[in-house]
Amino acid sequence: MAAGNLTPTSYIQHHLTFFSKPVGDGGFWTLHLDSLLVSVLLGFIGMGFIWWVVRGATAGVPNKRQAFVELLIEFIDEQVKGIFHHGDRNKFVAPAALTVFVWVLLMNAMDFLPVDWMAKGTHLISDHGFRIVPTADVNTTFALSLSVWFLMIFFAISAKGLGGWIHELFCAPFGSFPLLWPANFLFNMIEYVSKPLSHSLRLFGNMYAGEIIFLLLWVWAATGLVGTGFAAVLGLGWAIFHILIVVLQAYIFMMLTVVYIALAHEHH
Amino acid sequence: MNINFSLIAQAITFFLFILFTVKIIWPYMLRAIETRQKTIADGLAAAERGHRELEASSKRADEAINDARGRAAEILAQTERRATQLVEEAKSAAKGEGDREKAAAKAEIEQEFARAREQLRDQVAALAVAGAEKILQREVDAKAHADLLDSIRRQL
Repeated sequence: MAAGNLTPTSYIQHHLTFFSKPVGDGGFWTLHLDSLLVSVLLGFIGMGFIWWVVRGATAGVPNKRQAFVELLIEFIDEQVKGIFHHGDRNKFVAPAALTVFVWVLLMNAMDFLPVDWMAKGTHLISDHGFRIVPTADVNTTFALSLSVWFLMIFFAISAKGLGGWIHELFCAPFGSFPLLWPANFLFNMIEYVSKPLSHSLRLFGNMYAGEIIFLLLWVWAATGLVGTGFAAVLGLGWAIFHILIVVLQAYIFMMLTVVYIALAHEHH
Repeated sequence: MNINFSLIAQAITFFLFILFTVKIIWPYMLRAIETRQKTIADGLAAAERGHRELEASSKRADEAINDARGRAAEILAQTERRATQLVEEAKSAAKGEGDREKAAAKAEIEQEFARAREQLRDQVAALAVAGAEKILQREVDAKAHADLLDSIRRQL
């Protein structure tokens, strides 16, 4: 951003610009390298940390790191145990839930970092914009929710067979009377469309809103000393409140993932 | 990128946020972690204690069994000794009784023998007197010859 023409609009626009790279004809064929880079990095950091701790785990009295990871895994396992009753949860669902929770939590937590200070670093990579909150990118949340969606269909088919799944598309939830088939199918289609939509947009909306509020506060901070004071105090308040949102959204995303996969196993 | 107040506001906010996390959030997590550590440590210590107690009590049980075995052996030996002693005592008592009976029988026999000899002596004396009477063709005055008869009897 050039000095002199700093307006609130340009400031916010600047911070909401992705570091994108077209890989084809543009439009759909564009990569958001910032979301990709940060999310992959955070995935490695989060799961790497757990891997590092678990590798040196002891059956005796755990050190603080191990106790923390144990608490985390126990918490996730407890949640999954309450929802998923369709076979061995340790085979896939519980580890997937742990991955989703840790990853989304870390991606959400990027919101706490002071954007303009981070921009000082990220400008070395991209001068045109670099967004450090991957979950405030609808592409990231859709990538997650569509992965869950495919898993949902995969588990539905593997639990009921292809025939059973198609049978349920037409014969549930209203009944197997032939006249009801269109209604059933329509209902199921709405469900299949709304699940990934609500799953991803809930997370995206929360994180995007959080980011915007921070940006608005920083715009206020740029107006002068009074604004700086107010913005700092309100920013702190919002950051503290945002802890709840960050954790809650990660938790909700994880729970919905488990619920969707568990529902896919259910026979009607 | 120009330097403006928003940088300072962000720095202050971030600093205060870190302070908040350190002061308010971190202690909660640490407490949960330490509680868990303590629970595990206590559990392990209790298990260890139980293990040791089991070991000690099994050792005590072994000792008690050994002790009982030893005492049983001792009692058995004592009993055997006592039985042998009793048998010996019975044997010696029986032997003594036999000896006494034998002695008594011997005494009786001797007595009987003496009485018989006395009788025989009397009868021989009477026979001798009767023989003498026959030879003398007259009655011997027993009273008058008591001394004589007596000396004969004693010589027999």
